[in-house]
Amino acid sequence: MSSILKKAAVVSIPNVRQALLRSNPVLANALLAKRAYNSKNGVEMTVRDALNSALEEEMTADEKVYLLGEEVGQYNGAYKVSKGLLDKFGPKRVIDTPITESGFCGLAVGSAFSGLKPVCEFMTWNFAMQAIDQIVNSAAKTHYMSGGNVNCPITFRGPNGAAAGVAAQHSQCFAAWYGSVPGLKVVSPWNSEDAKGLLKAAIRDPNPVVVLENELMYGISFPMSEAALSKDFVVEIGKAKIEKAGTDITIVAHSRSVGFALEAAQLLEKEGICSAEVINLRSIRPLDTETIINSVKKTNRLVTVEGGWPQYGVGSEICAQIMESEAFDHLDAPVVRVTGADVPTPYANNLEAYAFPDTEVIARVIKRTLNKKIGA
Amino acid sequence: MLSSQKINLAKVAAKAFITPLTVRTFASSAARSVNINLHKGSFESYNCDLPSLDVEISKEELVRMYRSMVTMRRMEMASDGLYKAKLIRGFCHLCTGQEAVAVGMETALTAEDKIITAYRCHGFTYMRGGSITSILAELLGRKAGISGGKGGSMHMFTPNFFGGNGIVGAQVPLGAGIAFAQKYLGHKAATFSLYGDGASNQGQVFEAYNMAKLWELPAVFVCENNRYGMGTAANRSSANTSYFKRGDYIPGLKVNGMDVLAVHQAVAYAKEWTVSGKGPLLLEMETYRYGGHSMSDPGTTYRTREEIQHMRSNNDPITGLKQRLLEFNIITEDEMKAIDKAARVEVDQAVEEAKASGEPDLSEFWTQIYQKDSGVPYVRGREPEEFHRY
Repeated sequence: MSSILKKAAVVSIPNVRQALLRSNPVLANALLAKRAYNSKNGVEMTVRDALNSALEEEMTADEKVYLLGEEVGQYNGAYKVSKGLLDKFGPKRVIDTPITESGFCGLAVGSAFSGLKPVCEFMTWNFAMQAIDQIVNSAAKTHYMSGGNVNCPITFRGPNGAAAGVAAQHSQCFAAWYGSVPGLKVVSPWNSEDAKGLLKAAIRDPNPVVVLENELMYGISFPMSEAALSKDFVVEIGKAKIEKAGTDITIVAHSRSVGFALEAAQLLEKEGICSAEVINLRSIRPLDTETIINSVKKTNRLVTVEGGWPQYGVGSEICAQIMESEAFDHLDAPVVRVTGADVPTPYANNLEAYAFPDTEVIARVIKRTLNKKIGA
Repeated sequence: MLSSQKINLAKVAAKAFITPLTVRTFASSAARSVNINLHKGSFESYNCDLPSLDVEISKEELVRMYRSMVTMRRMEMASDGLYKAKLIRGFCHLCTGQEAVAVGMETALTAEDKIITAYRCHGFTYMRGGSITSILAELLGRKAGISGGKGGSMHMFTPNFFGGNGIVGAQVPLGAGIAFAQKYLGHKAATFSLYGDGASNQGQVFEAYNMAKLWELPAVFVCENNRYGMGTAANRSSANTSYFKRGDYIPGLKVNGMDVLAVHQAVAYAKEWTVSGKGPLLLEMETYRYGGHSMSDPGTTYRTREEIQHMRSNNDPITGLKQRLLEFNIITEDEMKAIDKAARVEVDQAVEEAKASGEPDLSEFWTQIYQKDSGVPYVRGREPEEFHRY
């Protein structure tokens, strides 16, 4: 990784970056992230290692926490998130399951009803559709429908959203799906601190929590604060983070889109066009509307960014909540959603690139929104 | 003229009740235990030995079985009446006819053992410690309900009973998970996951079998074969109706589920099997529901009235136990009548208590969506100004 990162300086001309983004989005993102967050002397950690340390710390802290899923043990995880955990905790607590999502998810939920704190890994969230009944009907609802007699402290996790070149069935964002379900909490980390802090919070949470990771972020390094390296570090679920303060427009994003939103904001600031405030949602449910509302009251403009489909999506929900809040009266322009296109994800490189938001699209929409005025 | 199916039913009935039963009481008339010999047709095995046909059981336990079955039937009759009086909403699935399964299981288990089932759950809830009032109040949607009126007929739970699950088959992997937790925590106990002949074809049932065997979980899979999944006869839904053989690599037992003592003996065997570390076991309880699938089903379009009447007359689990108790002087007819009367009084009283309970407070609408004080400050109601802040 370090040799790759050294090349970052070379990849500064926009069209070279664009070409790299097409040919190798993972690498391109690693470079972009590195450029944006080059800490001088702090510790850096990949999102993958941050997740791994969260699992290791929570399994060390609590014997009732165990990990199960496909290839989490001997294979070290399909994406190496669980690397080394089998060696450290043994097969009792790191359990390779058969390819049977509905079954092992149900089994994990049953064990949570009965005193354990499972971390149920889906190789990707796409495969969890086989098990969505157990997540929604068994995990999310049983506490309520039992009148509080049954508890379900479980964490469901895995990579969510589009990866690179894996086509329609492996490229979908489930934030809106799980975000609509009462009884679930849903988090969507962007960087390494988010990943570690939110996963640890999820494991400690007494409710079922869905952790939507992003495969394209696993290999990217981010600085970790002193506090984030501590085994006591958690990120509170339900609170968004203002990643960059600004005065002219608010951009709300989650997961990988946060990086693009920040880059667009920096680009426009450098060009002297605007000062954008970037909010990293971190939590899809509960949704921190307060932070968004306060920001909109200050900037009077709002753009949402996500990789998921437009209809009934996270951005749609934010629009509706803003409409229903006092922030509506503070808007100077209509809210705009930047989303994944309303299309099953295509395979070909150029078509896939056209399906998801990037820095250029976000910058374009921000400029357009700045030029609009309600009633004008 | 009887169809071949009816002839088979007649044979089953004959096996269960015409064969003489032998009971050996101990020398002293005060002896607390009796040995009862089950008919040799009570069990059929698949890749395992048959349980002993010799049941040693206390007189108190036998009387308790009788009382439980009678009370359970009364409770379900009361539910039927309340439903027809339009006091119970939605779905309601009664276990009338299937009482021997829940009762025979309970007498063979301890509080450490766990049970989970689907939506036909009133009888299990009662046997696992739920009071009749709390069950009926739940059906009525009252605050005294066992789930505070939030669950209804299909969602009832006690500390060692995990419902009460409405999605056919989903409870089976959940049960495997409860067994997984028992093994993980080192508890010497087993989990019994019940499902019907209809649910037996769900893919996740086989997924649960596979993991239970792979990981040698103390899981007992219990198919309550009442011959019909809703209105579809077993042979119209299942390519193999020998449900006790469908675990393939998991041994199984077929049990006369209309005989509470056979159920008791099989469940004791299954518990011993699993807790001693032999891994999972399948049980198929051959049983019969007298009523329809749910209250909206008269239960007569896919089977004949004669078939139902035949099962009631010849295979009824309460009548069967009653004959044994009387034949071997375990209690007198008067004592039995007193039990019947007490059950009726108890259920009637519970009906009144349940009816007297108020509807849940509206404040309860907002509770238990998440654990208390676990970081969810606000829940929205139907419109922006209808909401709850914790």
